[in-house]
Amino acid sequence: MRDASPAKIYALHIGVIALLFALNFVLPDYHQGLFARIMALAVFAMGYNLLFGYVGMLSLGHAMFFSAGLYGAGLTVYHLGWGVPEAFVAGVACGAVLALVIGLLALRTSGVAFMIVTMMFAQVFYLLVLYFAAWTGGDQGLVIQQASRVITIGGASLDLTNPTVRYMSALTLFSVVLIATLAIARSRFGRVLVAIRENEERTKMLGYDTVANKLAAVVISGAICAASGAAYALLFGYVGSSFASVQYSILPLLWVLLGGAATTLGPLIGTLFMYYVTDIASSFTSAYLLIVGIALILLVLFAPKGILGSIRQRWLGWLP
Amino acid sequence: MADKNGFFDLSKTTLSRRTALKGLAAGAGLALAPGFVRYSQAQSSAPIKIGFQLHRTGIGAAYGRWYEKTSAAAVKAINDAGGINGRKVELVIEDDGTDPARGAEVVGKFAKQHKTDIVFGTLFSHVVIGSAPAAGENKIPYFVVSEGHHVASTKLNRYVFQPGITDVKSQIQSMAPWIAANAGKKVTQIFPDFAFGYDHRDYLPPALKAQGADVIAQIAIPPTESSFTKYFPQIPAETEVIYHVMVGPAVLTFVKELGEFYGSQRPQLFGFIDSLEAVDVNSPGLEFLDGSHFWEGSPRYAQPDDTAAQKAYRAAVGIDDNGAALGDPKDVSTAAHMFGCWETLYVVKKAMEDAGYKGPEDRAKLVEATEALTEFAEGPEHPQGPKTFNGKIHQCFGIQNISKVEGGKLKVVHKTKIEDGLYEPEGDYTTQAL
Repeated sequence: MRDASPAKIYALHIGVIALLFALNFVLPDYHQGLFARIMALAVFAMGYNLLFGYVGMLSLGHAMFFSAGLYGAGLTVYHLGWGVPEAFVAGVACGAVLALVIGLLALRTSGVAFMIVTMMFAQVFYLLVLYFAAWTGGDQGLVIQQASRVITIGGASLDLTNPTVRYMSALTLFSVVLIATLAIARSRFGRVLVAIRENEERTKMLGYDTVANKLAAVVISGAICAASGAAYALLFGYVGSSFASVQYSILPLLWVLLGGAATTLGPLIGTLFMYYVTDIASSFTSAYLLIVGIALILLVLFAPKGILGSIRQRWLGWLP
Repeated sequence: MADKNGFFDLSKTTLSRRTALKGLAAGAGLALAPGFVRYSQAQSSAPIKIGFQLHRTGIGAAYGRWYEKTSAAAVKAINDAGGINGRKVELVIEDDGTDPARGAEVVGKFAKQHKTDIVFGTLFSHVVIGSAPAAGENKIPYFVVSEGHHVASTKLNRYVFQPGITDVKSQIQSMAPWIAANAGKKVTQIFPDFAFGYDHRDYLPPALKAQGADVIAQIAIPPTESSFTKYFPQIPAETEVIYHVMVGPAVLTFVKELGEFYGSQRPQLFGFIDSLEAVDVNSPGLEFLDGSHFWEGSPRYAQPDDTAAQKAYRAAVGIDDNGAALGDPKDVSTAAHMFGCWETLYVVKKAMEDAGYKGPEDRAKLVEATEALTEFAEGPEHPQGPKTFNGKIHQCFGIQNISKVEGGKLKVVHKTKIEDGLYEPEGDYTTQAL
């Protein structure tokens, strides 16, 4: 990565946030709603990217962290009648604690074994969701009623089902996580993570506790993914086991690969790209997954580092 | 592309990659464009647009295909008779991939991009439950043909209706008197270990108890299971009836293995046809089902006492006397459920006419007009049979069929009464704000 002034880098990111803010006022209704969903899920991809892109650890179980947030927030609202802020915190906490436990166990492995172990844990989580169907709603899931999705602060209330409030809430979460991941990527901790990805043995020899750093990365990644899940439950009002299925472990991997692993903005671009290819292709043919597949193959052939990764490699070497 | 010497060099791909990316970007831009065009409001003479949320792909695709055929036939019949309020009806189809997240997006797309008048369709419960919040938030009436108890449970919202097919709680309750009187008093249930199975697990025992019969064992089979023999020793020896509701591709293995386990000496078998929707009952391995009984919403096979309305419906949808597509005997329909699409569209027609519906601004009126409906008489619009409708729980109640597998066909041996399936309402949607 060629050096660039921090001002330039932060200006780019703030510019992206400003653009997304402005889009709220110009996007047609449907696309405004879709962008809110994409931003919430891009947070999931950013959490995944932290571990996969920066540390180089390929997890096939991140659906469990997303769902920990989804259920942590959704079930506390549904069963305990908690408010939105407390439920969101509960969701993030569930993801962080789960990530800590899974991290302690799974970090005893690496490479292919890490993939398999994370996938197995995610499968256990998925089956537990089905097993405790009396509380989770199992495969049918649960609806979080509109009345429960209102934030009341003092006399004012924010209705998360209002399209603009929902868009701005998703944008706020997205912005916080984007700036946080940028700060992590540029921090000493972030450099250590990249060093682990490039050569773990050498990083150890240099005196870094690689296991502790990797564990921290797993926990932060899990917490970010859980924040995405919690936001998804509260913004869109549905929690269901399909979000804990293996499909939702693969999706963030695809989004990150498409957008560009180890790029801060890649997860957003990847999520946006996949969503729109699916949405547009499905209007023309029922074989839209074929088109998505072809698009993926083309990208792998012509831009193996993902969209932003390739742009960084060719033109903008300073991109974080 | 030429290299610096002016020769073509195919090994250098820089330019082609760039070209490809440009092409992709241009293509994406072009494809995006239609999505950003703001659609004009429907004029009074413009067609009524019904957003059809369809399982075109995913696990529900077999149902989706027949839901599409049935709905297209109903729309044709409605349009041939003058449409709704003098306006033609048009189906706008979007695939939900049998996925709840995509289902919710599709509902949003209908409301905000296609600007349809209502949303209609879909079967799988998780898609309905996942989509319901989007329908409520967009204040767009959402008419489902799902048979799940979720609508009647009043856990969804005021915009969700199920007026064309009975719910599973009602269906199960209706079966109990016949099972207790004709099949046996000691029942063992075998069901898939997920929500569809839980409805049967929870609603059958009290319904049987009321008839003086008992569920003596409940065997839940994990959804990932592909072999079932190891579960069969759990069936108590005194079992008189095995009540099975296995679904999905594993059902053929399930029946085959059950046959191998029991041989010729078996208890009575009672199942829900959901297991075998779109599957030929004469498929190899299903011989063991001969003589057993099934619930059917609407009979798959033509019956000797079919009404003129039933015959006309079957002809319009394009199914033969065996319930398969005309001209393709192997393309077996989902007859027990798809009639719900036909009937729901006629309920929509009736409610829109009652409400004097003109456009999306009348959606609240449409909700109230639907809630005010109470009865649907048997006839061309309701060929499955008469129904009552409870506007407080947005659910219809109707007759059910019990059919026996005889000579490779399903023969209706009993029709329940509407009253058999009634239960106490669990809530009241009409108290919710519109």
